[in-house]
Amino acid sequence: MQSFTRHTGVAAPLLTDDINTDQIAPILHSRGLKEDYKAMLFHRARRRDDGSEDPDFVLNKPQFRDTGILVTGHNFGAGSSRESAVWSMLANNIRVVVARSFADIYRENCLQNGVLPVVLTAGDADVFVARVVAVNGAAPFTVDLVTQRVSGPGGPDIGFEIAAADRTRLLEGLDDIGLTLKHIAEIVSWEKRAARTQPWLQETNDSRR
Amino acid sequence: MPRSLFDKIWDFHCVGQRSDGRDLIYIDRHVLHELHAHHAFARLEKERRELHRPDLTFAVQDHTVATKPGRDDGTNPSGTAFIQAMRDGCRKNGVRLFDIDDPEQGISHVVAPELGIVLPGATHAVPDSHASTVGGVGALAFGCGASELTHILATQVMALKRPKRMRVRLDGRLGAHVSAKDVALRLIAELGVAGARGFAVEYAGSAVGAMPIEQRMTLCNLNIEMGGRSGFVAPDEATFAWLAGRPYVPQGEMWDRALAVWRTLTSDDDAAFDSDAALDCSDLEPQITWGTDPSQVVGISGRVPEPAAVDRGRRAAAESAFAYMGLTPGTPLAGLPIDRVFIGSCTNSRLPDLQVAAAVVRGRHVAHGVVAMVVPGSSSVKREAEAAGLDRVFRDAGFFWGESGCSMCAGGNGDRGEPGERCVSTTNRNFENRQGPKVRTHLASPATAAATAIAGRIADVRQLLAGAA
Repeated sequence: MQSFTRHTGVAAPLLTDDINTDQIAPILHSRGLKEDYKAMLFHRARRRDDGSEDPDFVLNKPQFRDTGILVTGHNFGAGSSRESAVWSMLANNIRVVVARSFADIYRENCLQNGVLPVVLTAGDADVFVARVVAVNGAAPFTVDLVTQRVSGPGGPDIGFEIAAADRTRLLEGLDDIGLTLKHIAEIVSWEKRAARTQPWLQETNDSRR
Repeated sequence: MPRSLFDKIWDFHCVGQRSDGRDLIYIDRHVLHELHAHHAFARLEKERRELHRPDLTFAVQDHTVATKPGRDDGTNPSGTAFIQAMRDGCRKNGVRLFDIDDPEQGISHVVAPELGIVLPGATHAVPDSHASTVGGVGALAFGCGASELTHILATQVMALKRPKRMRVRLDGRLGAHVSAKDVALRLIAELGVAGARGFAVEYAGSAVGAMPIEQRMTLCNLNIEMGGRSGFVAPDEATFAWLAGRPYVPQGEMWDRALAVWRTLTSDDDAAFDSDAALDCSDLEPQITWGTDPSQVVGISGRVPEPAAVDRGRRAAAESAFAYMGLTPGTPLAGLPIDRVFIGSCTNSRLPDLQVAAAVVRGRHVAHGVVAMVVPGSSSVKREAEAAGLDRVFRDAGFFWGESGCSMCAGGNGDRGEPGERCVSTTNRNFENRQGPKVRTHLASPATAAATAIAGRIADVRQLLAGAA
């Protein structure tokens, strides 16, 4: 996994709550194993009914073409567990999502891919959103995971909290599977114990065969 | 110390703690589907990793398979590559696959319990947010993404942060033609789409105890629609009777041993919960969504709410839903003309769901101009329904009777509505564009969906059956 230390980019305000993964990464009719994740991001929201680009959608506005930080509302990433909803962010170089809160599975998928999910305190979030709206893409913000600060135009740095373990994992770009496989002996001994105490959990037999 | 059922299952399955503080939770049963499996197989191959326990891993073709009779890999061209990639990965890695033509193929969340692959007190993972459907038999399930799926294949554990515990008590006797779907929709309306975020939810209470297992699965299926990753019902004698004799459950003496353990799978009397919620279901009428998230719900006799009646924080979402759904505040839901009805999905496609719908439809005909579909949740459900003659009931009434799969729930197989159509659906998400671009989805129970198909308008099944329609 790619590590995350700091990311500088234009911050785009998409200030609705409950944006779901069907919106972020819609299932499109023509698809294949090699998907165009860059084009997938908010594919429908970006377009009008006739298929042309909707100039009013925030990511289509000239100043937000190169957005690096998405700023949004409560419960971002609700719904389907599809990881394409994070891959499509990465494909567009959006490495940070600042939300009022995240859906559980979406947040986990972010951590798995080196995308930083940031939740500010309610007061700081109000201030940050106002600054993002005021600067309107004219200057970038920087989100630094080392110092746990957001800096940029319109005011002083804003600190944010993140669980120490999540921070380390992102900073070091840790290989999640490798981390777990250090415990393979414990896994195997659990299996032996379960095979004794609840053997039906450790076997799957079709009784008709 | 008294423990909740969640604590008992979690603690039993906790293999150890990782250096980052996450618990390693052993996954007893892992079920893949073709939409995400290829990512995992490709990554394992690239990283030269092996499956730790292929024998505890199953795969089902469900998301992209066509529902057309006589279907094959190519019937839905956008699914072909996914179907074949999973087949290939399963063959190389020794995973039991329920392929597109397998007599037991179906939606993973329907197939796993009906074959007895998932068991009470077992942990279960699927790369799909509706994994907790199997909470209906007392399993603890986790929906996950593609990276976590790969992680489970390589290690057979998930690295998780312990969720908080919530208990939802559902009491009272459900009225006629009111089902778990109506209860769940009401609950989501009360608690909100993020009401269970961060929690593992135990559903308890007399209304849950009285629910047949299939309805408990419907209830647990919708847990994610209020933000909860895991939701379950403590197994009881009804659960054990339901499971007995299914192909993959333990047999003979092993069944008796398992049963002795399963009978201990309850929350202790004084177990602590981090959150408690309750709903009295006695006076509940059939429920239906009016908006574009599953919390925007009213009773079937209700109206699209006035903005002033909506919580301030939810008003913008309501306004946007009015526009998308083409509805004005104050409009009664019952009587709204519809174009399409879909009965199916992991939420409501098990045999009793189809029996309920067929009882409404029998001897009647789908209204002129309405497209109505029934898609059984598994090929086994389809076969059993056909043996009982339900396919004839539906076909005679003008329904399409399809092969099993996820179908119009997310439209991943090409089954979808036309722009602007209003659709009453027994699925789980009424999100914008989910059932096709610009399709307006109303979520409801199989009984309500069936009555609506007959009336051509959103209908109160109780009135239809009383002859009022």
